[in-house]
Amino acid sequence: MTETFYEVLRRQGITRRSFLKFCSLTATSLGLGSAFAPKIAHALETKPRTPVLWLHGLECTCCSESFIRSAHPLTKDVVLSMLSLDYDDTLMAAAGHQAEAILEEVKAKYKGNYILAVEGNPPLNEDGMFCIQSGRPFVEKLKETAKDAKAIISWGSCASWGCVQAAKPNPTRATPVHKVIFDKPIIKVPGCPPIAEVMTAVVTYMLTFERLPELDRQGRPKMFYGQRIHDKCYRRPHFDAGQFVEQWDDDQARMGYCLYKMGCKGPTTYNACSTVRWNDGVSFPIQSGHGCIGCSEDGFWDKGSFYDRVTDIQQFGVESNADTVGATAAGVVGASIAAHAAVTALARARQKTGIDTPKGED
Amino acid sequence: MLAEQDQFEAERSARMVKAVYVYEAPLRLWHWVNALAITVLAVTGYFIGLPLPSVPGEASEQFLMGYIRFAHFAAAYIFAIGFIGRIYWAIVGNHHARQIFILPVWNAKWWGEVFYELRWYLFLVKEPKKYVGHNPLAQLMMFLFFTIGAVYMICTGFALYGEGLGEGSWASQMFGWVISAVGGNSLQVHSWHRLGMWVTVSFVIVHVYAAIREDIMSRQSLISTMISGWRMFKD
Repeated sequence: MTETFYEVLRRQGITRRSFLKFCSLTATSLGLGSAFAPKIAHALETKPRTPVLWLHGLECTCCSESFIRSAHPLTKDVVLSMLSLDYDDTLMAAAGHQAEAILEEVKAKYKGNYILAVEGNPPLNEDGMFCIQSGRPFVEKLKETAKDAKAIISWGSCASWGCVQAAKPNPTRATPVHKVIFDKPIIKVPGCPPIAEVMTAVVTYMLTFERLPELDRQGRPKMFYGQRIHDKCYRRPHFDAGQFVEQWDDDQARMGYCLYKMGCKGPTTYNACSTVRWNDGVSFPIQSGHGCIGCSEDGFWDKGSFYDRVTDIQQFGVESNADTVGATAAGVVGASIAAHAAVTALARARQKTGIDTPKGED
Repeated sequence: MLAEQDQFEAERSARMVKAVYVYEAPLRLWHWVNALAITVLAVTGYFIGLPLPSVPGEASEQFLMGYIRFAHFAAAYIFAIGFIGRIYWAIVGNHHARQIFILPVWNAKWWGEVFYELRWYLFLVKEPKKYVGHNPLAQLMMFLFFTIGAVYMICTGFALYGEGLGEGSWASQMFGWVISAVGGNSLQVHSWHRLGMWVTVSFVIVHVYAAIREDIMSRQSLISTMISGWRMFKD
């Protein structure tokens, strides 16, 4: 029998005390309450490791970069041990045919019982020729590996939505995972990149409880994507007060006012940045003085400027937002009515003065 | 000259009808409450998208944006509940109350009168027809821009409101699908909701103008009808 998570940890010199601390921390970050800490500990002590295969499609590796910087050192150890990176072509020691052999081995040995994590997405144009791995299109490798997987994790905005390579005009037809694989449960962990602690917590949850965390309407784990950046933003009181940064270098910017007018996408972005934050909880974009760009939202590259609040609407041309289109329409209507009223008045005046008016064609 | 159905009604009540009771009290009340709600919604909505200049002082002492949003949400509830009440009145009220919900689209004669009204507005005919309720063109416009528009604004608006209330709230449960329907990014819903505001503003301009103009030009009361309920014919 394969060893348990706990055995792996002990072998790596982690004390039981640290292990239990990790269990409490994970229970808390998953929003489960203290009663769940022993359950997590029990699961990690008794359950055999579930292998995780980590594939890379069209991507920039920012998800991996984020993941290996998970702030809590034990989290990193645990999860990296959990994954054991049975296959991760960026991080694994093996290469070439040796690496591909591991992939085959895990697929055969743990059929229907491994988790597939996908970073990046497959391009579909030209039969998938824009992303070749092991001598064949990535989309084929993805489909083959997904076939026997228990569940799929879509890491980052690439795998979840398409991200920059799928932005208009999307020359390679980069396609998110859920539009290629239809028969497996898919959990989306969007962000460019996602927060490290979010990634590790999602993996821990799935391995511990052997089920998907509760997902929202769009397939994201509710525990981290259930609220907007705006809902938990520490600058929110300035928003409610009506205190905004008007220009990047003004006094309001120095006083840390709300960045809403500078195009902050916090009110439409679901992520945990304003609570979990980044780099061991040091900061997050808004705290650093820049609005949220909404990187964990679908199609965020194609939704107009990062610096406008009322953003451009694609359907009405390159630089038209709701106000341009709407105010123009209202102006045209207003002007037409003024003209119409003038003509009406003129027609009536002429009738009253007895001047002959041309006969209407009924 | 009265349209057929109204003629029938007129003849039934009296030989020489000078006034007909058209809009019942609940409907008239709804109209003006609704008008007020739309005004509040448009003004506050505009300033939610593009807020007023920053207010000075401590954040703890100010709540300007909060009040603007509160007014918007309160007016939205009044608008939406009023709309439900209006649907109820369409069922239990007189046949004029149903006009803005049901179009006689299969009636060729009705379409003919829509075009007649269009020609009247284009100065192509001399005399307008008289109607007890809405004229066919007005009915069409009310249906397209008010009835459809109201449903659209309620759906997009409460979808956005549900984001603030949070996942699992009634608004998110009932209207959250709107966000998924436009591709999942609610920024898009904000844009479309704002565009809806401008459509409504345009509709209000036309609506008010047409009411005043017809009051003068078509020799029948319009504005006072929405206050008293009686349609007066001046000749």
